[in-house]
Amino acid sequence: MRTRKNNELRKIEMKVQVIPNADGSAYVAFGNTKVIAAVYGPRELPKFLQEDRKATLRVRYNMAAFSTDTRKNPGPDRRSIEISKVLRDAIENSIFVEDYPRAAIDCYAEVISSDGSTRVTALNALSLSLAMAGIAMKDLIVACTAGKYNGELIVDLDQEEDNNGEADLAFGILPNKNEIVLLQMDGLLSKDELLKLVEMLKDSCKKIYEEQVKAIRSYFENV
Amino acid sequence: MSKTFKRIDGRDFLSFRKIEIEKNIIPKAEGSARVKFGNTDVIAGVKVELSSPFPDNPREGILIVNAEFAPIAHQSFEPGPPNENAIELARVVDRVIRSSESIDLEKLFIEENKVYGVFVDIYVINHDGNLLDASTLASIIALHCTKIPKYEDGKLIRNEFIGELKLEHVPTLVTIGKIDEKYIIDLNLFEEEIVKNKIAIGTREDKKICTIQKLSGSFKLEEIEKLIDLAIEKGEELRKFVK
Amino acid sequence: MQPKGKIVLPGEKIEIKDKRFTYEEGDSSYSKILALIEEKEDKKKIVPLNGRYIPKVGDKVIGIIKEIESAGWFVDINSYNYAFLPLGEAVQEFIDIFRTDISKYFNIGDIILAKVINIVKNKIIHLTLKEKGLRKLHQGTIIKVSPYKVPRIIGKRSSMLNLIKQKTNCEIFVGQNGYILIRGENVGKAIEIIKTIERYSYISGLTEMVQKMV
Repeated sequence: MRTRKNNELRKIEMKVQVIPNADGSAYVAFGNTKVIAAVYGPRELPKFLQEDRKATLRVRYNMAAFSTDTRKNPGPDRRSIEISKVLRDAIENSIFVEDYPRAAIDCYAEVISSDGSTRVTALNALSLSLAMAGIAMKDLIVACTAGKYNGELIVDLDQEEDNNGEADLAFGILPNKNEIVLLQMDGLLSKDELLKLVEMLKDSCKKIYEEQVKAIRSYFENV
Repeated sequence: MSKTFKRIDGRDFLSFRKIEIEKNIIPKAEGSARVKFGNTDVIAGVKVELSSPFPDNPREGILIVNAEFAPIAHQSFEPGPPNENAIELARVVDRVIRSSESIDLEKLFIEENKVYGVFVDIYVINHDGNLLDASTLASIIALHCTKIPKYEDGKLIRNEFIGELKLEHVPTLVTIGKIDEKYIIDLNLFEEEIVKNKIAIGTREDKKICTIQKLSGSFKLEEIEKLIDLAIEKGEELRKFVK
Repeated sequence: MQPKGKIVLPGEKIEIKDKRFTYEEGDSSYSKILALIEEKEDKKKIVPLNGRYIPKVGDKVIGIIKEIESAGWFVDINSYNYAFLPLGEAVQEFIDIFRTDISKYFNIGDIILAKVINIVKNKIIHLTLKEKGLRKLHQGTIIKVSPYKVPRIIGKRSSMLNLIKQKTNCEIFVGQNGYILIRGENVGKAIEIIKTIERYSYISGLTEMVQKMV
């Protein structure tokens, strides 16, 4: 049973540069959903994969075997492959790929604990990682879920709400540009319900943006 | 892209290509349909098998959707397991069928530990764009004419049927592209390369939205309502083919 | 200790226009990257806080040999693509490339101190070893820092670098590209100091912090 208000987010933790080897990295948690992400690049790419005018973006979303209730077999499954594609598309529309012709930008997100909304948590973590790596971006990428559960319109779905609700929506936006870069929906919603959820998401994303800004600034300012 | 983007085949931005449907063309499949949108040609075949239910839904039948981008369909399709595009397509079609509640999975329950498994396999025969909309329509039509084999003594009897798989709802999926601030539907292969922003929206006959998948590019927040209205309108045109 | 300037994030509006690091939309300019706005003599400059090396002709760089071709080597210089060291820029004598295995000159993994002589149409970066001081570096530990921190690691008239060399009794070769080779008595301490400078390069009071460390 949800103890939060309908428009209330779970407890958010964000920390940047958690992986010294990576160009940029971040740890993001929304309640019990925890993701560690890293960006390597822009770096050399084998010639046959190179694209003459822009960077090649490679994104891998992966769930650790111990992250779920029942152990998940390691390695990519169809769901992870689709999510990786969807995240790559979101990032491709958020960074200036033309600034890095023929290079590779490799983005990795590992879900170490899964309690709903893993792909949007991963996208928030990748946004921080890309910024910390110094990669040219149009804006930070902010993502959140929303949905309908027991007739109520809510944001930031945990696993129970995601699996057993009437609808769920994954949403990613460039907050200062008002551009939607991630949008997936599943379930049943009337047009009005959908538009109401989008409004709620807009507000939630404002709060998450502030968290991202705080995480980056505190790396530099609390010395 | 200049402001004078015109479609090579002379179509309006909001018109479908010529749509052709053939039903029940695969004799050994319990349901099947071949759908063409212009030169895009896909076949959806439905096999009904005896299955065990999933542990978390012991009184429900199973629905599995798979898609093969057969190498015959395009020079870039390689033999091998489904790539990310085929996987995404199958998963989106699955969600359209499932979220719209078009099939009542509980009606597929036989007895303890035995259920009907409905397997929808999509084969792309020729790729000229808009595989998603064509595959979804083919799958829905194939399901609509699927017959359920008789179950007796622990086996399915292939040529005896106890009835049809009735569709409780009829969802359709419409992919909408945006170029130069204008919306465009049913993109052929050439158009898919140049239209950067694409989103697929699935709707039911009661105008409820059951699936959204942004496929590429970006859209403004304010556009969502227009996109939904367009998807509902065009979805209704496609729905007429499911009879 | 505070940053010595304003920190901007990607997507934030900014008064500076710098084609490399900002983009324009309508009448406004926005930052593309995470950066520090430094103000010197009333002039504002945008300095990236991280990022790999963007090659400039004339830069002295440290490179790692990655691939051997018939007439040269591909070199990792901490940039978006590998650089190329042509055979003619590396070796004095005449080489018959059809009969010679050039890995005997430089092999994969070798470290070189080289200079960027040419960037062909934003594509191939050419290196040379044909200048005094440029050569293969034989021993040492390589570390990587962001190239934007190199000026602070070297310091005004090499004051910072000399201080570190002296106090750790090490030889330190700093490439403009962010690769640094260290060898000597107290390599670990040298690395610690350099990494600290990298981490806190943007704050005022860094020099005092380092002096305390040594």
